[in-house]
Amino acid sequence: MRDHIKLQVARYLPEKQSEPSFDEHEVPCPKDWVVLDGLNYIKDRIDGTLSYRWSCRMGICGSCGMTVNGEPKLTCATFLADYAPGPLRIEPLRNFPVIRDLIVDIGDFMRKLVAVKPFIVRRYEKPLSEGEFLQTPQELDEYKQFSMCINCMLCYAACPIYGLDPKFIGPAAIALAQRYNLDNRDEGSAQRMEVLSEHAGVWGCTFVGECTKVCPKHVDPAGAIQRYKLTAAIDSMKAFFMPRGA
Amino acid sequence: MPEMPLYTDYHPRWLRRRVSTYWWLGKRSYFAFVLREGSCMFVAWFVVYLLMLMRAVLQGEARYQQFLALSSRPWMLALNIVSFLFLVYHAVTFFDAAPRALVVHVGKTRVPGSFIGAGHYAAWLAVSAFMFWLVLGA
Amino acid sequence: MIKQHPEPLLWMLFSAGGVMSGMLMPALLFLFGVAFPLGWLTPPTYEHVRALLANPLIAVTLFGLVFLSLFHWAHRFRHTLYDGLQIKHLEEVIATLCYGGAIVGSAVAAYLLWQAR
Repeated sequence: MRDHIKLQVARYLPEKQSEPSFDEHEVPCPKDWVVLDGLNYIKDRIDGTLSYRWSCRMGICGSCGMTVNGEPKLTCATFLADYAPGPLRIEPLRNFPVIRDLIVDIGDFMRKLVAVKPFIVRRYEKPLSEGEFLQTPQELDEYKQFSMCINCMLCYAACPIYGLDPKFIGPAAIALAQRYNLDNRDEGSAQRMEVLSEHAGVWGCTFVGECTKVCPKHVDPAGAIQRYKLTAAIDSMKAFFMPRGA
Repeated sequence: MPEMPLYTDYHPRWLRRRVSTYWWLGKRSYFAFVLREGSCMFVAWFVVYLLMLMRAVLQGEARYQQFLALSSRPWMLALNIVSFLFLVYHAVTFFDAAPRALVVHVGKTRVPGSFIGAGHYAAWLAVSAFMFWLVLGA
Repeated sequence: MIKQHPEPLLWMLFSAGGVMSGMLMPALLFLFGVAFPLGWLTPPTYEHVRALLANPLIAVTLFGLVFLSLFHWAHRFRHTLYDGLQIKHLEEVIATLCYGGAIVGSAVAAYLLWQAR
């Protein structure tokens, strides 16, 4: 009875359609099957033209984010049995342009990620002969949560601000900037501040908090953003009152 | 926007969906967010009410009593009860959000977020009690 | 160096206003908007309230409350109009009306409190 589930899969074939449509398929749902298994079943046995992204199938690569029953989810981490008998609606990730079927263009995020310089920035590189950086567990804890980001962009799909204003730099980019700002090996806070303190940087965020809710890795980008707002605001006051001392 | 792809024969037309004006009705958490933002209207209303009270007091005892009478009118009372509920919602959501932004360290140890939150609530209680004492007794 | 724009300052005012209004308003509105009209508590005498307003510390606190709360409202309302109703082309008009309104309200409070001293 509950060993099959109806999937409604969004299709968009730009050469043939100008609007998306939905295909319905019954797929088996053993208790260990996830949505991705269902999609692979469709592609392997029913309709090979279905297109979607996936890779590791274990929640670490960040490729398989899609909108499942209206919620942004990793399809490799969402169990079919929880929704049986369905219908379960699978659509492409929200707030990104759809290239085909369930595939979205993630170029905007990629450009923003590069803009926040997500790597250790130092004034002078430490030579190898001086050995490695030593970091205490406490120093690691300062940024560890933000380092868990797998760039799956579920937070961008959940963020209404990003949906309304695609210029907004977005939750993951800011969380990743914070991952480096709070890393005591990094000396690049000032460089990141330029892009973060723009109008479409952190100041676009109104703390809806949805990004933190949907994050599969518990990164808490909303917390990272509010924390950065306070840091940036205090720095701004310091710069205003002590322009040379800053 | 940089690097907008040209639509040629070989480049597919990407589907771009516009966000609906009623996006905030779609999810419970979105609606709770808009209610929280809407509470600022009641913050502004209380400022107006407070300015009305201050002006009445400045104009003498008779005007003060008139203000108190106005505050008992059913529509004013209803408005103020609704406002009070929204102000409490505002305070609670704000004090719960404070630990997310206020990360404090004492030496190398981080003060837990729960302390920051509890500190806000304790201050709220103390300040409210003090104001009750100022207005009612002193 | 960060570009000079007023967002950080406006956000600080918004945050301070959120804390001030959260701390002070519920109790005050409970008294003057609910408890006194419903007869749960006796309202203070005219002389008492007049004396409270004349007190300089109370006056400064009330001014701070009005000023910060109005800027809290202005910042939040401006963002809500921008995001909720997507009225982007009126961005500057809305900002002027909101923060301008906050300044006007604060000026009224300052005037009244000065008269009350």
